[in-house]
Amino acid sequence: MTQNRGVVEGYVKVAPVVVRDVEKATIDAAGIYYKHLNEAIREVVADGAKHVVLENVNGQRYLGTGVQAKGVKIDVHGTAGNDLAMFMDGPSVEIFGAAQDGVGNTMNAGTVTIHGDAGDVLGYGMRGGAVYVKGDVGYRVGIHMKAYENLVPVMVCGGNARDFFGEYMAGGILVLLGMNTQFADQPLVGSFVGAGMHGGTIYLRGTVESWQCGKEVGITEATEDDMATLKPVLAKYCEALGMDLDEVLAVPFTKLAPFSHRPYGKMYAPM
Amino acid sequence: MPVSFIQPEFKVKIDYDKCHKCGRCVQQCGWGVYNFNERPIPDDSKCRACHRCVTYCPARCISIEKNQLAYRENDNWSPAARKAVWRQAETGGVLLTSMGNPLPYTRIFDHLVLDACQVTNPSIDPLREPMELRTFIGHKPDSVEVEADGKGGFRLAEGAGMKNNLMLDTPILFSPMSYGSVSLNVHKSLAMAAQRLGTFMNTGEGGLHQDLYPYQDNVIVQVASGRFGVNQDYLNRGAAIEIKIGQGAKPGIGGHLPGEKINKEVSSTRMIPQGTDAISPAPHHDIYSIEDLRQLIYALKEASGYKPVGVKIAAVHNVAAIASGIVRAGADYVYLDGFKGGTGAAPQVIRDHIGIPIEIAIAAVDQRLRDEGIRNWASVIAAGSIRSSADVAKAIALGADAVAIGSASLMALGCHLCQSCHTGCCSWGITTQKPELTRRIDPEWGAEQLTNLVHAWSHELQEILGALGVNAVESLRGSRERLRSIGLDEQMNKVLGVKPAGM
Repeated sequence: MTQNRGVVEGYVKVAPVVVRDVEKATIDAAGIYYKHLNEAIREVVADGAKHVVLENVNGQRYLGTGVQAKGVKIDVHGTAGNDLAMFMDGPSVEIFGAAQDGVGNTMNAGTVTIHGDAGDVLGYGMRGGAVYVKGDVGYRVGIHMKAYENLVPVMVCGGNARDFFGEYMAGGILVLLGMNTQFADQPLVGSFVGAGMHGGTIYLRGTVESWQCGKEVGITEATEDDMATLKPVLAKYCEALGMDLDEVLAVPFTKLAPFSHRPYGKMYAPM
Repeated sequence: MPVSFIQPEFKVKIDYDKCHKCGRCVQQCGWGVYNFNERPIPDDSKCRACHRCVTYCPARCISIEKNQLAYRENDNWSPAARKAVWRQAETGGVLLTSMGNPLPYTRIFDHLVLDACQVTNPSIDPLREPMELRTFIGHKPDSVEVEADGKGGFRLAEGAGMKNNLMLDTPILFSPMSYGSVSLNVHKSLAMAAQRLGTFMNTGEGGLHQDLYPYQDNVIVQVASGRFGVNQDYLNRGAAIEIKIGQGAKPGIGGHLPGEKINKEVSSTRMIPQGTDAISPAPHHDIYSIEDLRQLIYALKEASGYKPVGVKIAAVHNVAAIASGIVRAGADYVYLDGFKGGTGAAPQVIRDHIGIPIEIAIAAVDQRLRDEGIRNWASVIAAGSIRSSADVAKAIALGADAVAIGSASLMALGCHLCQSCHTGCCSWGITTQKPELTRRIDPEWGAEQLTNLVHAWSHELQEILGALGVNAVESLRGSRERLRSIGLDEQMNKVLGVKPAGM
């Protein structure tokens, strides 16, 4: 039965080549299974590396997952796999390429910067830190983001998004710009925006029709006060991705906020 | 218009000749049944028959009776069905209730009997001979590696191909119940008892309060769709991690912990603001397939240094195929929750009509995993109305590695099954966050009650094993030959893999 056990147990361990230069560690990820790549990342971080460079990444999962360290920077060259920065608590990760699904899943602190597109369910249950995506994103992005005390998660997506953007959102700031998109002929965002939303704020650069939004969501033009909150967020995003803040601000923003923190408070009849 | 068509379910009777007029009933009742005007005056409509006042009345002068109000006989429209219609006509709401399914479905455990040794092989006296209840939960290797011990014999090699397993001194765990649905004192009682018993309590989806950190080696931490309280620290602390997909009392639906139950302490362990609803989505939105489940299992393993990761599902029609997928996805145990399992709040229609009995689920899953040759890859934990040590023994004989108890453990703390957890007014201080009620449970007392219960069941289980002539619970596991059925039809016997009595 052993050979049917699947890839994890059956995979031959190939230790990646690690080049250390004082606080910098460069790891060649070509042909390396995610488990062994992540082991190598954790090892060099535990060994004091502050700058980890991953070369030739090709879909390896869980990069930065569960890494608890402040002041550590991880550069990813290639395409990051699913669940990038899941449960991450502190480091900053920069992807010079695209990322797949589940970026920042249940993330606590740190920054993820993606110089490309990203997939579905980004920032699921994210409680803190920031995710910056330069390009398009998929379905259910920012789902169930939540804030707690001084932890306020931020996600800014530079392209278009698909359905269920900000679903169940309970806290934090979720922004969609519609600028760096492959789908310029399509709507900025799909349907069911903010469905089940009961906290936090969504900002859209441009407009959205009420039929596109969940029934729990109030749609208003962003006021000056709103923009005062949003501007520093966008400034950091532009700085991280080399974009022009004035150009981002050239189009008015729409603000989506929930009507209630208790959307289902009156749904039940206790027996 | 009448105030309500619904008449009180119970009558509170006070024998005023005996009554001390002390007012203790007024103080004890969490639902505000009593007013005091020279003597306690009950409002029957608020009574839940939880017996708190009855228990604490120094004069023993209170009795709770069924309201015998006659309804026109109608087997089709039971009084309960009529009440449900009236309640929904009044409110337009989804009927909300709690605890397990109370409807009179066949209780299969009560149609199964165990074997005993007579004449042809000896029974064992567990009082004077060793009787092993130790149970390991987790992945077991297809074969063990041995090495020469240098004295002409062999011993298990280092690790012997064994992965991390949870070690239990008795095959009984405490079911997942979140802090929020139950009080912190209940959580502390469970954690202290788990440590003393050498077993595990489970956080449910409510985070781990810091007061439980000293017991963390006996705590399974749960990751559910709302991801409440889940962070790296939480994963580091748990002895194992459990992905909650479903619950027997409410398969396929999510949960809403209402904002009024999110006080400061609950908010801190769930890591959400006070007063907002804690909404758990129906699915995990990062799991739409077995492949996705594997992805989350290995994300949790990566994040936790490869701790055991279990998956809890409600017992539903295709439970065997689903469990096979879960085991192949890399889970270290599968937790099956039958449709009579309890809950802190569930829509009545879901609780009473969705899911299948745990007995059938255990048999189906155990058989499927055996047929596929992967039974050793993961353990099976069964729950969903385990009411006695007899149920424990029968569940294990049907194929479970261990059982989990929720309702029974709350009963050890005073629960009278009044099915009102969702009100947050539990007079016994169990399913409430009101400080004047939660202080009614002293964790030290609670831990003792729970320890007593599990010790008693464990002793009884040893007696059963002794009667069966085996000296370890391992020998009963999946041994359906030691079960016979009474009053079940042929089809059911086939599903359960059990012969009828007499064969």
